[in-house]
Amino acid sequence: MTAETADGSSGIDGEDPSIRDILATEIGKTDFRIVISTMLAIYALFIVLTFLGGGDINSAGSSIIRLTFLFAAYGILTLALNLHWGYTGLFNIGVAGFMAVGVYTMAIVSTSPDAVSGTGLGLPLIVGVIAGMIMAALVGLVAAVPALRLRADYLAIVTLGLSEIIRLTLNSATLSNWTVSVFGFGTGGGSGIDLPARPTDALLNTAFGDVLVDVLGTFLRPSVIRRSLWVLVMIGFVIAVYWLLVRVGNSPFGRVLKAIREDELVAQSLGKDTRWFKIKVFMLGCALMGLGGILWQGSQGYVSPDSFRPIVTFYVFVALIIGGSGSNTGSLVGSILFVGLLFEGPRTLANIVSGSLSLGSAPGTFAGAMAPLASLEITPLLAYFMNNISALRFILLGVVLVIIMQRRPEGVLGHRTETAAAISLDRPGPARTNGGESDE
Amino acid sequence: MDVSDVITRGKVTIREQPLLAIAVLATALLALDLLARLAGIEVPLAGGRTFGGELSMGRFSGLVWNGIIVGLIFGLAGIGLSMTYSILNFANFSHGDLVTTGAFTGWGAALLVAGWGIGDIGHLLLVRPGSGASPNEIGASIVQAPLSILIGVIIAALATVVVAVIIDRIVYKPMRDRGGIPLLIASIGAALALRYILQFVYGGRNRGVTSTQDVNTEIAGFSVNMHELTLVIVAISLMLAMHFMLQRTKLGKAMRAMADNKDLALVTGIPTERVVTATWVLGGALAGVAGYLYVLERGTIEFNIGWFLLLFIFAAVILGGIGSIYGAIAGGFVIGFVHEVSLIWIPSDFNAAAAFLIMILVLLYRPQGIFGGVTTA
Amino acid sequence: MSDATTEPAEAAPESERSLSGDVPLRVENLRKTFGGIVAVDDASFAVEAGSLTGLIGPNGAGKSTTFNCITGAHTPDSGTVTFQGEDITGRRPDQIATEGLVRTFQIARELEEMTVLENLMLAPQGQIGEQLWRSVTPGARVEVIEQERELRERVWETVDFFEIDHIAHDEAGTLSGGQRKLLEMARAMMTEPDMLLLDEPLAGVNPTLEEKLLERIHDLREQGYTFLLVEHDMDVIMENCEHVIVMHQGSVLAEGEPSMVKNNDRVIEAYLGEIDV
Repeated sequence: MTAETADGSSGIDGEDPSIRDILATEIGKTDFRIVISTMLAIYALFIVLTFLGGGDINSAGSSIIRLTFLFAAYGILTLALNLHWGYTGLFNIGVAGFMAVGVYTMAIVSTSPDAVSGTGLGLPLIVGVIAGMIMAALVGLVAAVPALRLRADYLAIVTLGLSEIIRLTLNSATLSNWTVSVFGFGTGGGSGIDLPARPTDALLNTAFGDVLVDVLGTFLRPSVIRRSLWVLVMIGFVIAVYWLLVRVGNSPFGRVLKAIREDELVAQSLGKDTRWFKIKVFMLGCALMGLGGILWQGSQGYVSPDSFRPIVTFYVFVALIIGGSGSNTGSLVGSILFVGLLFEGPRTLANIVSGSLSLGSAPGTFAGAMAPLASLEITPLLAYFMNNISALRFILLGVVLVIIMQRRPEGVLGHRTETAAAISLDRPGPARTNGGESDE
Repeated sequence: MDVSDVITRGKVTIREQPLLAIAVLATALLALDLLARLAGIEVPLAGGRTFGGELSMGRFSGLVWNGIIVGLIFGLAGIGLSMTYSILNFANFSHGDLVTTGAFTGWGAALLVAGWGIGDIGHLLLVRPGSGASPNEIGASIVQAPLSILIGVIIAALATVVVAVIIDRIVYKPMRDRGGIPLLIASIGAALALRYILQFVYGGRNRGVTSTQDVNTEIAGFSVNMHELTLVIVAISLMLAMHFMLQRTKLGKAMRAMADNKDLALVTGIPTERVVTATWVLGGALAGVAGYLYVLERGTIEFNIGWFLLLFIFAAVILGGIGSIYGAIAGGFVIGFVHEVSLIWIPSDFNAAAAFLIMILVLLYRPQGIFGGVTTA
Repeated sequence: MSDATTEPAEAAPESERSLSGDVPLRVENLRKTFGGIVAVDDASFAVEAGSLTGLIGPNGAGKSTTFNCITGAHTPDSGTVTFQGEDITGRRPDQIATEGLVRTFQIARELEEMTVLENLMLAPQGQIGEQLWRSVTPGARVEVIEQERELRERVWETVDFFEIDHIAHDEAGTLSGGQRKLLEMARAMMTEPDMLLLDEPLAGVNPTLEEKLLERIHDLREQGYTFLLVEHDMDVIMENCEHVIVMHQGSVLAEGEPSMVKNNDRVIEAYLGEIDV
């Protein structure tokens, strides 16, 4: 993987290629460092907040596990969306719908036939996960074939409409108990569907699990340990997806995607059959969105159509835009910042403020909060603010989105160039025809 | 020769426009089925399904009436969306929340007037956010307090205009030339902020607003819901006013020119910023009134009613052809009918999905709208 | 002015140019309308192999539309386009480019956020790494990298040939107008075309760069490439092309050697007519 900032590369043109090469590797490492240091900074922030709020090491660990879970969940989805929008310029705002297809297909394949809500075939989980990804890709194909020739804004409306159709269908009572002869395909309708247990949970009941609980159990609850095992699996998937997409991006295939984003007619005029590239990339992205949905919403024992409202898509979009669309590293950084500062941060902060200031019971209405201002009493208003932190969080999200689009559309990391080629494109020097350009 | 000629031509049509042929065939089948149902004829088909069946004229006309009501809301709100889409060149995802803005501000005013002296001002102005005087105690209905309802309409329009213009100045004006997609994304941000500001101020509770006493009466032998009748009259009057504005006034002509071709309009010296502001004023006012009337009809209010309407409004606009206000009105009716009349055939879980599906199909196969390339005229 | 005749006034006798091997591109009775406005009206001409042919005409003569019809950006209403003996009428742009007929654009359409090198690496045909699985699968990627190395060699040769090596790492969006035109021609060359269609390659280019661009075109022509050049500037065409096609109001008004065309009364009238308006 070679990544370099435009600023970094412009000053070293024409210098000795070996210096360039060293710099490129250094900057490549910096990418990894940026992700890790952003993550550590958010961890540090939350540990401080937890202790300020009077929490112990257990709650700090719990909050870190929760953060990491969300980092990973949004990370995968943001990477997949980056492949669509950042790389290829396909404005897909139906992410939630493709997630839903993945999760529900997995559920119908792998949930036990005698579940409380919904019915499945009870096949092994791995079959369900693969089926979920394939089904998400196929739904993507059905949408892609006619829709990919549309203008970006039309594609946006089509994908949003599609994701709502998917959600409404899953929500329908008509399909909630659908069975074909003895096989159940019930979605459970509005009451949701039961899901298979996380495979890592069983690990805790083995000898290995006992050792783990013995070692870590002194300062972490078993439930936290159980969740952290799953989070490790998710981190593994994030790394795998990142690896995959960096390879896709740094290849002749990725080069054509970038060209489609910039100007599709130019790509065509250079002999690229852009239709196939778009269909393939759309299907791949949809499959990864299905996977992201399975790892996230599919790992909690139960899911309902409410988890796939369009707002989920917008969350993923905000994460991508913060990090800078077009950059895989940016996608991860954006996910971490979004989860830490916009999604979890405000709530944690509000808990601490209302816990430490003893604001009393919050007024039930805005009028009740404003009226005491006449007598210069600000506490009720503050309490109302803390009590309605979820609304304020959405307002913050909207404002941040607008500000980024106005001031910094390239994302927090600034303008980045992740060269779309399988090798470094520097002039090949006679001395080093084989050096410094190994596979990634 | 004639017959074979017709057949050949038919074959050519089917080959060249298979989707059109399918659409025509499906519509014909549904119409036939509808007639059969109304006549009470039932023809058994395979698998326990039947063609035709039982449908009372009363239920049918009820569904059609509902379709008109809903269609007017979609169309009224759609006019503004269509205008901003063509004149400012982006799909405005915050339009639904302008609808909500009108609903809350308008009903705050209406309750304040109707319930003056009953309960405290905050309770009325914030449209009953918590416990307090009940809708029937406040008595906001066209029968009990017609003036309050009328004032509500005006406030809904004015307040939404103010909000729309402020959002334009803060959010869209600095990025006027940034292209449709950055603006679209910014409008998603504006939508989120606006929706949750409304929730923050007015509260998240779904609550009743209108008084229902004596609203259902009989006029000339027909049972009529006065609120629905008010909705129809106000909506149609506004649509007519819009029509005269566009056809007769200088501003209207300038707006039509801009919708057709922005560059041309710039060259010919139409003051674009003024036209842009006018677009927000008109579009915002109509959206606000649409939200207000929607609540008048359904009787309850919640902070995300407009957001839930947004896709339907988009569907109406797209069906009618983006940029055409008459198209938006007609598209509103079509989507309204699809939403209501489709209940004859499909379970109520799926009528919204059916409307979205039609929108998607139109975007895919006839992006200029079902009424052809007739632009804002 | 009367509606122009459909017959080229000074056309060379048909028999001389009928061998498909010598005439890679032939346009016959091409017609294209946009909602009632006739942009190209029954245009016919042919381009000889290895020639530098110019296509000129006043504004609105239908040059760019003809160009777009040849390269697949537009589908003509009627008429045929034959390239190397094969009917390519109505094919997609990518199919036509794959046949070896590659174009540049009037307003340089470089891929702004891609570097000059990326732009050039994009162009070559038959890149195995454009198959997704090859680029991703560990074993198969070795071959992709091998091919990338070969392409990189060619890219740097091309960069040197067009003398844009000093801006090779810059993003195309940061280049000047003239540099963009150079990049665009270099990119078209990377596809290894049989014939190049250049749409106003000199528009908005400063004189120094214009010199350089023309030099490159002549160099390449000597290497055996065929060029069809659309230009608004009559002098450039007259000085550089050996065969000139003049379009007016959608059809071919005159055709022949520059000196003959230059003195054609109808051509003079057409150009004067434009000046008068």
